[in-house]
Amino acid sequence: MLILTLSSVTKTFGGLVAVAGVSLAAERGQIVGLIGPNGAGKTTVFNLITGSVKPDDGHIFFAGHALTGLRPHRIVSLGIARTFQTIRLFPKLTVLDNVLSGCHCRLSSGVVASLLRLPSQRQEEKLVLKRAMEELEFVGLAEAWTSQAGSLAYGDQRRLEIARALAAEPKLLMLDEPAGGMNEQETHNLMKLIGRIKDRDITVMLIEHDMGFVMQVCQKIMVMENGSLIAQGTPLEVQSDPRVVEAYLGQDED
Amino acid sequence: MTKKRKRLFRTLEILGPVLFFCLPFFLEEVDRGPYILDLLSMVGLYALLSLSLNVILGHAGMFHMGHAAFFAMGAYTTANLNLTYGWSIMATLPVAALTSGLMALVVAWPVIHLRGDYLLIVTIGIVEIVKIALTNDIFGLTGGPNGLISIARPSIFGFGITRPQHFFYLIWVMVGLTMILFYWLENSRFGRALKYIKEDTVAAEGMGINTTAYKLMAFIIGAAWAGMAGTIFASKMRTISPESFSFGESVTMFTIVILGGSGNQKGVILGSFLVMGLPELFRNFEDMRLLAFGAALVAMMIFRPQGLCPPKPSRYRLPSPYDSKYPGGGHC
Repeated sequence: MLILTLSSVTKTFGGLVAVAGVSLAAERGQIVGLIGPNGAGKTTVFNLITGSVKPDDGHIFFAGHALTGLRPHRIVSLGIARTFQTIRLFPKLTVLDNVLSGCHCRLSSGVVASLLRLPSQRQEEKLVLKRAMEELEFVGLAEAWTSQAGSLAYGDQRRLEIARALAAEPKLLMLDEPAGGMNEQETHNLMKLIGRIKDRDITVMLIEHDMGFVMQVCQKIMVMENGSLIAQGTPLEVQSDPRVVEAYLGQDED
Repeated sequence: MTKKRKRLFRTLEILGPVLFFCLPFFLEEVDRGPYILDLLSMVGLYALLSLSLNVILGHAGMFHMGHAAFFAMGAYTTANLNLTYGWSIMATLPVAALTSGLMALVVAWPVIHLRGDYLLIVTIGIVEIVKIALTNDIFGLTGGPNGLISIARPSIFGFGITRPQHFFYLIWVMVGLTMILFYWLENSRFGRALKYIKEDTVAAEGMGINTTAYKLMAFIIGAAWAGMAGTIFASKMRTISPESFSFGESVTMFTIVILGGSGNQKGVILGSFLVMGLPELFRNFEDMRLLAFGAALVAMMIFRPQGLCPPKPSRYRLPSPYDSKYPGGGHC
């Protein structure tokens, strides 16, 4: 079953065509990798899907909803959560506060209930603290719940970002270079974590430059170059595709 | 901080307000008692205003320097309802909150997406427009530059609020209630959303928070509270005129919040005492008193730019079984 479909989506920034008529689809329950050289338009595709950038042309569908033109917070509540290429936590807030931000869209108490601390609001607060701690345990950061997010080690910040995204109860999780800047041990742990996320029936879409990581983790890989999709398939298919080799290594002169 | 010092602070925190509330009994005997009480009431009124501005500026991080506009809206709403229709002052309180909140909705809607300094300029514009409108007797409701006179005193369940100590209690009870309500608001889904917006609006939107709606809501709540402060002000002074709601008043509130530590209620109360009280202490310096006050502000911003009491990280009481598994948290 397809969970995400992009049909000929185009985005230009000034004269630069960042994404040129890209059509792609993601199967539910898969781990999908989006790769390509720097400047290929991968992050722009992510931004288009999550609504932080609006497409000039084309349509995006997610689990039966048209996403085109929706604001980011609406898209999160429909079930797409993300992490950022450069870590974008709330550095001055606590670890727990960061995860609670992900829970926000699944809660309902409004201003009046909060101002008067109604019983319904207190009940909800209890539940949300439980939810947030569950996600912290899932990524292995529960011990650090009172720490300031900005004071965590780099790899832990990455994991916290994932916990925060998971707290939004997504059907599709989008990870933008999750292994970026990680050492071998951390990367290995991340692979296991992503596997466990898949076991929760969450579709994962990720951008990554670490080819060993991508080939090992993903069931399907899409390759972009200069704003276009040049290949897609299983890791083996993609590795042997001459256009992919050319995009990464350059063309043979003769 | 050692345990002993912590306990001392705790005791002071409880004892301080209790002693403060007993103050009028002692001051009645003193020579300048009524004057001091009046001054403390003004401090309380500004504390109320600054607490309401704190929701917008301290929690949501929006640079809003036009709070006097909403204060004015509340004051003139009360004055008109009282003078023209004979409403009792306390009955106008919710109406003042409503009109100020509505005004905030209308004026903030188109500009709420502006960031930092741009929003600041627009809000300065708003307060100037309001002052000019008041001076020009807009819709014949404001009495022009002379303002409106002989507004009634409030009464609660038949008890007339007339003497300085009555106003002292009315205002400071309101300050206390506001602090409790806003504390609850701060430590809720709504308060957290504002915190995320202040830290990183883009990330907040990306985590599923409707940033526009929450910013607007913060503006409306702050404005509604300023409107209620306007009601109290109008009935305390009995005369209101445009100069009470100038840009300068907005700057005073802004200073109180920044100086006290934006986002921290205790800081805001402390700021109100300093900004409203210090110039009175410096009265002996005559012409120099504002200079001394200004110098104190400058020194403050150099040595403690985060404010006197910057906000502390939020604390939660974890539900079981997490409370015993991961101790080290505090009380909510």
